[in-house]
Amino acid sequence: MLAIARQRMLGQSFKKILPAVSVLRSYSSAAKQVIFFTFFILAHNLMHTDMVGEYQGAYKITKGLLEKYGPERVLDTPITEAGFTGIGVGAAYYGLKPVVEFMTFNFSMQAIDHIINSAAKSNYMSAGQISVPIVFRGPNGAAAGVGAQHSQCYAVWYASCPGLKVLSPYNSEDARGLLKAAIRDPDPVVFLENELLYGESFPVSDEVLDSSFCLPIGKAKIEREGKDATITAFSKMAAEMLEKDGICAEVINLRSIRPLDRATINASVRKTNRLITVEEGFPQHGVGAEICASVVEESFSYLDAPVERIAGADVPMPYAANLERMAVPQVEDIVRAAKRACYRSVPLAATA
Amino acid sequence: MAFNLKNPRNIINNLKSKVGLWSLMKQSHSTCCYSSCLNTIHLHRFLPLTTLPQFTNPESISHKKGHFPHFQRFQSTTTEKQIDSVPNDEHNQVSDFPGGKVVFSPEMRFLSESPSVYSQCYRVLDDAGQLISHSNFVPVSEEVAVKMYSNMVTLQTLDTVFYEAQRQGRISFYVTSIGEEAINIASAAALTSDDIVFPQYREPGVLLWRGFTLQEFANQCFGNKADYGKGRQMPIHYGSNKLNYFTVSSTIATQIPHAVGAAYSLKMDKKDACAVTYFGDGGTSEGDFHAAMNFAAVTESPVIFICRNNGWAISTPTSDQFRSDGIAVRGQAYGVRSIRVDGNDALAMYSAVRSARQMAVNEHRPILIEAVTYRVGHHSTSDDSTKYRPADEIEWWRMARDPVTRFRKWIEINGWWGSEAESQLRSSIRSQLLHAIQIAERAEKPPVNDLFTDVYDNIPSNLREQEKLLKETINRHPEDYPADVPI
Repeated sequence: MLAIARQRMLGQSFKKILPAVSVLRSYSSAAKQVIFFTFFILAHNLMHTDMVGEYQGAYKITKGLLEKYGPERVLDTPITEAGFTGIGVGAAYYGLKPVVEFMTFNFSMQAIDHIINSAAKSNYMSAGQISVPIVFRGPNGAAAGVGAQHSQCYAVWYASCPGLKVLSPYNSEDARGLLKAAIRDPDPVVFLENELLYGESFPVSDEVLDSSFCLPIGKAKIEREGKDATITAFSKMAAEMLEKDGICAEVINLRSIRPLDRATINASVRKTNRLITVEEGFPQHGVGAEICASVVEESFSYLDAPVERIAGADVPMPYAANLERMAVPQVEDIVRAAKRACYRSVPLAATA
Repeated sequence: MAFNLKNPRNIINNLKSKVGLWSLMKQSHSTCCYSSCLNTIHLHRFLPLTTLPQFTNPESISHKKGHFPHFQRFQSTTTEKQIDSVPNDEHNQVSDFPGGKVVFSPEMRFLSESPSVYSQCYRVLDDAGQLISHSNFVPVSEEVAVKMYSNMVTLQTLDTVFYEAQRQGRISFYVTSIGEEAINIASAAALTSDDIVFPQYREPGVLLWRGFTLQEFANQCFGNKADYGKGRQMPIHYGSNKLNYFTVSSTIATQIPHAVGAAYSLKMDKKDACAVTYFGDGGTSEGDFHAAMNFAAVTESPVIFICRNNGWAISTPTSDQFRSDGIAVRGQAYGVRSIRVDGNDALAMYSAVRSARQMAVNEHRPILIEAVTYRVGHHSTSDDSTKYRPADEIEWWRMARDPVTRFRKWIEINGWWGSEAESQLRSSIRSQLLHAIQIAERAEKPPVNDLFTDVYDNIPSNLREQEKLLKETINRHPEDYPADVPI
């Protein structure tokens, strides 16, 4: 996708925090009743380290927990997504607060019946008798060179279902605050991390490092204020590039896909009058489609240009590095879209 | 113990001291419900031939096409002796693998896909309600036995009356448990109220036993204001937090891993309780069943799996469902202790579930119980089973193998019941039910705002907005909306 807005400040003291690990370190105080379910067996594990290499995937995040909390609370399970998700839901029905980890959300499809039919709908179907305070987390979306079955973004699959909350952190602050909020939340939450961001460091304030730091669910963050166009994104974004060309874009980090912070998005569009939605998932029925509909419904007269949607290519993710690069939005695509929205270049005919 | 090739005597002694299974195995009569199968010992694979009890009937065995995998493997008792000792000849070497000690053999022998005899079925009362001699069972007091019987009658009557109500168009849907009353009530009686129940949908008897009133059943079926489900689910999707009975979910077998998760949580909390889950023969084909069984064994969770093998999964007979010898045999494949029970024998069901519960809670292990029975009713009110099975077969099971009648005979023999009590009970229940239905039918439906609550813990702003809009619309066009739904 885009170049990451790197604000690395050299020389200053900042902690090298793996987004999810930083959150996990707060668990010692906050999470008294958390169970972690992981599902790798030895063979799977080996494959994992080959695959993700320096990206320090899911395995690394839970490793420290196992040593700290023991095997009763950090379960290394047999390989069955449907099985361990069902078991996690059962534990949540009982009253514990399980955190179920998928190696990637691509594999969550094997467990999706439990996520939707057993977790999301239970509170409603039981009329409040069964609450499901469970968190499903794991890497989502494209990594690097992992092919079609390991690269799909599932944000919209889960965000379309009432009863679920869907969060997607960008940086360490998001990861820490949102994961804590997710675990505390009595509703089932799908927490979409990003494998490539596991290894990134971000500077964090002392407030973020405080053990009680928690972010509200359903509030987007304006990462950078601007006046010429609104760019919505989650996971990765770039505003730096645009400033060079005289377009000062307001960048909104969605943080929460469901519930979507329509108020912030609409307020921003009413200020800038132009909208570009960015996501790495497939274009049809994507997050951008929902945002576009919301803005058209609520702020139609404020739009000075058609909404531009930037999404991944409408193909299963190819493996070859050059093809993969072309299947995922790049900085240049977003810059071009922003220029189109600002009438600085010829509009592109909408593709099917 | 991943490989059960330890000294078989150790296993037997282990069991003897801990569970008394050995005494159960000593039954002389044990008829399997579906065929004239031979009696056999569940663990016979570990016993040298010489200690197999009385019934080995070579003529009967030879009728079975000459497959004797079990006997062939143990032709020589020398194999057993060498399991634990250092090998002293190259033919029967022992070697350590991560899973355990493996005994090699130069003779290539495949494990048979099916046993030469069906696994035995535990039964205590014969068809005439008489106690079978030399039987083991957990005794029941008169009070409990009479309570069990009246609950079975209540369940039977409840099913009949509600089925009629559906046919009259008063409720939209119903599922009966006719023929499975013993499984429902006897298993419920053997549990404590702290045990958490994860039902499929043919176990309302468990709720009944725990105290769900006839009115509460009616309210759910009519989806009225008093329904604990706020009218959100189809009939028979009962649930009760306070009775530890998780709301029925339509998806098949999803409750099985839920039960294991809850059982694991109970173990973590060191509670004196177990999780119990019910499912049918069809449900055992689902992936969730296999995942849950495996998990339960690995995590050593106190869960009881009760399979109601009633011969039919809607219209699919068991011969099209699986090719294993029923469900109980699968337990061993997962490392789960199991038993096959005559599901129409209330006393046997009670004993089995009682013992299972003890093992589950005290030893932290899962138990699988296969209760063989017959689904006398149609799958549901949307089904007409005469389309796929003979009507006289249904009638025969309804009359000749009725579990309620069988148990009645037993309590009458004991002098705890009589025909007067019988007629009193039946007429009383029936009139109570009709009354409950009348009240439920006339009651108000849940209010409109119940459409929007409980999607999340707190109602989100968009739903609040939609609710407001809906109410405004109803106020403007009241003629377009049903009159019995309060705003």
